[in-house]
Amino acid sequence: MIGRRRKPRGGANRRQAPPARLLHPRVYLLRHVQVALDSLGRLYRNPLPSLMTAAVIGIALALPTSLYLLLDNLHRLSGSWDGQASISVFLKDRVPAAQRDRLAAQLRDWQEIASVRVITPEQALQEYSARSGLGDALGALDKNPLPAVLVVVPRASQRGADPAAALQQKINALPAVDLAELDLAWVQRLNAMLEIARRGILLFSALLALAVLLVIGNTIRLEIQNRRDEIVVTKLLGATNPFVRRPFLYSGVWYGLLGALLAWLLVAGGFMLLAGPVATLAGLYQSDFMLHTLPVVTLAVLLGSGILLGLLGSWLAVGRHLSAIEPG
Amino acid sequence: MIRFANVSKRYPGGFEALGNVSFHMEKGAMAFLTGHSGAGKSTLLKLIALIERASRGQIFLDGENVSDVHRRRIPYIRRKIGFIFQDHHLLHDRTVYDNVALPLVISGYRHQDIGRRVRAALDKLGLLSKERLYPVTLSGGEQQRVGIARAVVNKPTLLLADEPTGNLDPDLSREIMQLFGLFNEVGVSVLIATHDVDLIRSMDYPVLTLEHGHLAGAREEVA
Repeated sequence: MIGRRRKPRGGANRRQAPPARLLHPRVYLLRHVQVALDSLGRLYRNPLPSLMTAAVIGIALALPTSLYLLLDNLHRLSGSWDGQASISVFLKDRVPAAQRDRLAAQLRDWQEIASVRVITPEQALQEYSARSGLGDALGALDKNPLPAVLVVVPRASQRGADPAAALQQKINALPAVDLAELDLAWVQRLNAMLEIARRGILLFSALLALAVLLVIGNTIRLEIQNRRDEIVVTKLLGATNPFVRRPFLYSGVWYGLLGALLAWLLVAGGFMLLAGPVATLAGLYQSDFMLHTLPVVTLAVLLGSGILLGLLGSWLAVGRHLSAIEPG
Repeated sequence: MIRFANVSKRYPGGFEALGNVSFHMEKGAMAFLTGHSGAGKSTLLKLIALIERASRGQIFLDGENVSDVHRRRIPYIRRKIGFIFQDHHLLHDRTVYDNVALPLVISGYRHQDIGRRVRAALDKLGLLSKERLYPVTLSGGEQQRVGIARAVVNKPTLLLADEPTGNLDPDLSREIMQLFGLFNEVGVSVLIATHDVDLIRSMDYPVLTLEHGHLAGAREEVA
């Protein structure tokens, strides 16, 4: 037995009651804030490498974001026609007005049809001369060349591609009808193409997200290696794994957030450059279409994905490499 | 404070670093651990610090059987121990103050308490004027004192020192040893591994001597 040399009980009582571990929620929260700021400080102290990592993440996030926004704008453009799926029914030249109105009334009774609007040849001529600026030239014609048109709007349930096409054919078969044209066809084709593009972008985004994950994971792995001694010492001094993990997770979050902010700047800048030409083009089409830049929701999703990818990437690196570092 | 019961440690590959070691160091005791290099001093300290686990036998720390303790409990056991290393293991990108504060930060002390305790520890070791300096600017003896301040700041019940005077000249070594004696007087158990035989002889403390992984002399009765 190795006995006590003296009987030093004086100081022992004091030591036996260590202050309760003060991980009161507020203290705990304060610790997190401190660690988060400390991690940010580390990034700030190595500005160039941090910025380069953030830039890689930013570019990787900016690509799918801008593609998504372009797609969103195209959708918006096509969407403005989407609701007005209608069939233009051109009547044969010699159909008299009475028969035309009867036909309109008859069509209104069809259950597939929501409404029928009659455009008489006179109205058509007026509208055309007003919009085309060819009023004088048309006035020179001795006879109105325009046919009567019935604008048929199918019921909502009939607006899909197939039922609308069936209705179009049914109308086309009527004897008084010269031609029934489904205005929607090209919009639907465009929509189909946009759907393909959407899937493509989704796939592309997934790949780039993976790239971001790997970039952050690798950055954190290097940081763990650089701070290996520190990790060993803190573990020897009684640091738990969450304590050791925390600064690296926060680094990952900061990288993700900074990358997302950079992506936002890139996208916003790019769209600002495009806004002028797009407005000019829209003007040529007599449209007031405006390029929609990042809506708040998309911005939130972008920042959220950045943070999430940062956390996930660092978590993967930390999980793989931190447990391997033990004092020894 | 520390009790070994028939403890053996065999490393993968078959090398037996410790064989059937038993001893008991009482609470509040101070002792030296000595032996030629490779005798198992480091292994014994690593077993106490739970850096290595025993292959056979049982180890009790402060009454707790730590032989099969769960991995997650290890940090909390280590917080009761103050470690002092030959090469200090100070963090060179942090000031003296931050180095000494580290165990308190790890244990989750409040900011105000940390400041108070760190200054008290630095004051005790005569380092108060150096708190804003970085370890590299200090002399070897000062660095070792920072290491000791860090080891005692948490008021551990046990101090473990691995060759604490290995890099110091005899006068500094004696000074450091006297410091350990002072901590022991206020009730801290102290175990010092060293091969500095002259130093051990000059001080009147019990000695555990390891020879090829076995305790020399009568087991359990080293005094």
